[in-house]
Amino acid sequence: MNTDLTDLKTINADFYSVPRPSAPVETSSAKTKVAVRDLDFFYGRVQALHQISIEIPERIVMAFIGPSGCGKSTFLRTLNRMNDVIPGTRVGGEVLIDDHDIYAPGTDVVDLRRRVGMVFQKSNPFPKSIFDNVAYGLRINRVTSSGSELEGRVEQALKDAALWSEVKDRLKTSALSLSGGQQQRLCIARALAIRPEVLLMDEPASALDPIATSKIEELIFDLKKQYTIVIVTHNMQQAARVSDRTAFFLLGKLIEVNATEKIFTAPSVKTTEDYITGRFG
Amino acid sequence: MAASFTNVDRIRRANSAFMTTLTGLCTLLTVGALIIILGHIAWQGIGSLNLQFLIDRPRPVGEGGGIGNAIVGSLVLLLISSAFGLPLGICVGIYLSEIGRGRLGGAVRFIVDTLTGIPSIVTGVFVYAIIVVPTKHFSALAGGVALAMIMIPIVARTTEEMLKLVPHSLREGALALGAPQWRVILGVVVPAAAPGIATGAMLAIARISGETAPLLFTAFGSRFFPESLNQPIASLTVQIYNYAISPYDEWHAQAWAATLVLMTLVLGINIIVRFLTRKKF
Repeated sequence: MNTDLTDLKTINADFYSVPRPSAPVETSSAKTKVAVRDLDFFYGRVQALHQISIEIPERIVMAFIGPSGCGKSTFLRTLNRMNDVIPGTRVGGEVLIDDHDIYAPGTDVVDLRRRVGMVFQKSNPFPKSIFDNVAYGLRINRVTSSGSELEGRVEQALKDAALWSEVKDRLKTSALSLSGGQQQRLCIARALAIRPEVLLMDEPASALDPIATSKIEELIFDLKKQYTIVIVTHNMQQAARVSDRTAFFLLGKLIEVNATEKIFTAPSVKTTEDYITGRFG
Repeated sequence: MAASFTNVDRIRRANSAFMTTLTGLCTLLTVGALIIILGHIAWQGIGSLNLQFLIDRPRPVGEGGGIGNAIVGSLVLLLISSAFGLPLGICVGIYLSEIGRGRLGGAVRFIVDTLTGIPSIVTGVFVYAIIVVPTKHFSALAGGVALAMIMIPIVARTTEEMLKLVPHSLREGALALGAPQWRVILGVVVPAAAPGIATGAMLAIARISGETAPLLFTAFGSRFFPESLNQPIASLTVQIYNYAISPYDEWHAQAWAATLVLMTLVLGINIIVRFLTRKKF
């Protein structure tokens, strides 16, 4: 038993010391895509988020970690105003995307959600064909002018989501006939089809097996060349593997945000260290 | 140990056997009654059933005649009531499930529930007062409206229930792609619930096809084939009622046969419902 545990520790240590495929992007050098200032969020009378301030640079992967109920998903959903659909919620503070406050009066929520796409924890393909799922966003936003252009965009989105080779011969079959991992990649393709600038991912791999998870992670790695990605994850190894920067949330507060390497090797706050080393959470 | 294997266990087994027998008997009683009713109707009705009976109109006693006009009339009434009742009912259901929150939604739901409980004869009298009296004659239209009023609450509530079964994640998925609410409802939620809504509609049609009371003061009945929606129209149920209370044995036999036709019609609709619900995307 003891040797097993030691092995595990060694593996973990090795894991964190493995050189990362790309150097973390420095905040100062990249343009800030999303800037949040003093954000408070309420479900009715319950305050779920307290004074969150964070900057997310362009074209990086930002990971949100923290224990269940710490507000990381709630925070993610404030970035495309997805919480608007929940009755009785209230927001204070500012969320700036490209220096425009998305909570300012007169903001077009429909346009915002076109620019800030979202992938959910549980894959939620529409009960339509694979093609129609990916084409949905393009059709409602009248992105394409011709049928061939639509087909091209759908194909490209499916290729971007690394699903094309698996589904190209059965685009007309039901999306619900796909496996869980394929369904989630279909949802990613659906979000990518309208070419958002920011992609929010709410625990996109939590319901998937390791192989499907690694596919999604590889995909995230490829996607950051074009998109700014914000990912919520329960899995700290996953955060360490895919992200450039990591933010740690606890009880509705942002405890620490830094380059992922720093967070996992030398966190500056004791609470972060306790969480990462598994002392709680 | 051996003791517990005999006494306590024997009592428990006896209890179990008793309860199983009791529930079995109750089931047998209910299903048996249904079988006896169906069998009796078939036995009584089959004798007078022939092609002439199905296509001819009523004749004086001793000259045969049939229920062709009543079959046509019933179908016409079902068409009129469906034309009014289905769209209205479905729209109310959509409102209750997707839009109506808070007090107004609650009030509408309460009213719809109350409407479901109104005795159908009251609906008949009401339509008599608002349509038959001003127009000064019974009509197919009035009958159709009366049946539609019975349909609307049934369709509204089943539609609402079916829409509520559509996972919330589907709505969020569509909203996250930049779809406005009306497109989410019409393009994603309603299609996903379509088989269930169709089932509700069919059940409502099956229900009103057996209604007699609301037709007595509205469609009234007729001994001729319908020529206009502004005239009284025959229906199977009213025909059965009129023949059943007549003093003639021949008409009694015809009432039995008409009952058999009506039962077959309702059974047919129910079989179609079963067929539709079995098909899933």
